[in-house]
Amino acid sequence: MRIGTLKETYIADAALFDSRTQKVWLAVGAALLVLFPFMASDYWLYLACLVSINVASATGLNILTGYTGLVSLGQAAFMGLGAYTVAVLETKVGTPFVLNLLTGGFVAMLGGIVVGIPSLRVKGLYLAIATIAASFIAHFIFANWKFTGGTGGLSVPPAKLFGMALDTSFRLYWLIVPVTLLMLLGAANLFRTRVGRAFIAIRDRDISAEVLGIPLLRYKLLSFGLSSFYAGVAGGLWAYFFRVVTPESFPLLMSIFFLAAIIVGGMGSILGGILGAVFMTMVPELLKLVVDLMPGGSELTVFLSPVRTVIFGLLIIGFLVFEPHGLAEVWRRVRRFFHLWPFRN
Amino acid sequence: MTGNFDWAYLFEISLTGIAGGGLYALAALAFVMVYKATRVVNIAIGELLMVGAYLFFTFASMFALPLWLAIPAAVLGTGLLGAVIERTMIRPLLGEPPISVFMVTVGLASVLVGLVEMIWTADQRRLPDFMPTQPIMVGDAFLAPKVFWGALIAVVFIAAVLVVFRFWRGGVALRATASDQAAAYSVGINVPRVFSLAWVASAMLAAISGIIVGSIGGISSSMGVFGLSVLVVVIVGGLDSVLGALVGGILIGLIEALAGAYLGGEYKLLATFIVLVAVLLVRPYGLFGTHEIERL
Repeated sequence: MRIGTLKETYIADAALFDSRTQKVWLAVGAALLVLFPFMASDYWLYLACLVSINVASATGLNILTGYTGLVSLGQAAFMGLGAYTVAVLETKVGTPFVLNLLTGGFVAMLGGIVVGIPSLRVKGLYLAIATIAASFIAHFIFANWKFTGGTGGLSVPPAKLFGMALDTSFRLYWLIVPVTLLMLLGAANLFRTRVGRAFIAIRDRDISAEVLGIPLLRYKLLSFGLSSFYAGVAGGLWAYFFRVVTPESFPLLMSIFFLAAIIVGGMGSILGGILGAVFMTMVPELLKLVVDLMPGGSELTVFLSPVRTVIFGLLIIGFLVFEPHGLAEVWRRVRRFFHLWPFRN
Repeated sequence: MTGNFDWAYLFEISLTGIAGGGLYALAALAFVMVYKATRVVNIAIGELLMVGAYLFFTFASMFALPLWLAIPAAVLGTGLLGAVIERTMIRPLLGEPPISVFMVTVGLASVLVGLVEMIWTADQRRLPDFMPTQPIMVGDAFLAPKVFWGALIAVVFIAAVLVVFRFWRGGVALRATASDQAAAYSVGINVPRVFSLAWVASAMLAAISGIIVGSIGGISSSMGVFGLSVLVVVIVGGLDSVLGALVGGILIGLIEALAGAYLGGEYKLLATFIVLVAVLLVRPYGLFGTHEIERL
């Protein structure tokens, strides 16, 4: 039974991490993240980087869809904007990578704001379809503009830190994971501020929010901008990680993937975005492991891709039907069990 | 450009576009039916088309059934699938926010694509020919026979659906549910049954258009892309408007054909999406959709 968590001040109530247990576990988690690259194989490091990029982008989408209630199917396109900006800056200008990542974020942010302009008049699913349109237009520009290398795309030289090329998963881990953590911290803190609360008010009922004195257009655009900033930075990391950017790198399916990730994880919860992105990225890999372990695995590999597609769909459906608040809710239940232990409920 | 503009070519392209638009209109009608009755945006409409086409392929090519048996079997099979989808995925979500239901259909699309790839592999297949192959001439303009007959079948079915839902009891129940659910309940309409009916009818219509689309362009597991254009059609026309589906279908068909002919194939989707954005900016509820007034 958890005792002694009486909160006496408002500051204590609004604190990001409220109990000592939580802080201990966070420290353990941080230590594990630091130790991980020294113990894991290249394959797991590769996965860790990929997961981390996806977490960053999913968190961005969570700000927009989970917290502001604006459904977007354009997240991959915004990642593409960021990735292309980084690729162009790195190959043609040669500025340092921190600057490139930030510029990538801001370019995506601008794109997001432009796409968000109709969001005041267009709502719900009409908006979702409008963002699909935006992502197709972005794809077209990437594929047909000389500057972005056409259908062949651009290859990106590795990021350089004090003359050291970040060209292995081990080295990139130290770039990608801290950036993601920083972005997560930013997102978590955002919802303790006026802006974040305005987003939540808009999600719950936008007209009421306007009556309460929240300028809808400004905050909706801000939400679009922030969300695409996250996507842009994640896309920039993506570009440094895969080192080649093509128009096909950011398909509509990827946007659906991120939407699925925050649904599976839990919309409107930072933890949900993390859990969902980790889960959805790992499922195909686990599937591969299972198939490898099964007897006669080589014949089954033909089925791997369709099975993956089916499971992806089933996960979305299953979570929506049986666990609509996602993994974050499951996590909360587990926590509550330990808080109340040895009592049942 | 000056003087010798090829009007005959423009006419020919426009005809093809309008005929292709007929197919969009049929698929869009399937979509609008579900939306009107149940307020569900079924993004898996393209995948239902695909399932219909593959079932037809199975019955006609693999089991070698005659056409008059294979087509109804495929349509009924897809209708059954529609019923199963409604019972297992849509009904449990009654009352949930529309975004959740929308995402369920996104998941459904993924499941259907995966299943098709598992059962029939991802290779492109050809459907058996069942339409006359004589070229069609309208004045001097040539129209591909498959496109012409496909459009004709689509028009026939659209007309049939409109008549059926005007006069048949079930159709009236469906329209009643669409206009006011609570009132429909109170006059004794079994609303959940109407939901099932809408899904079954929509899946069957999708199967028909899938068979036509498949026999024009062949079938593959990426056929669901057709659904994207259908989505554009219904958004342009207005989600809950039958007239919008018809007008939007023809409009988008025309724009795609013109963009494809004068700008190049890669501009097709771009042109339709630009039209979509333009329409949304001017009329956020589509050309013929109802403008919902929100209250607190």
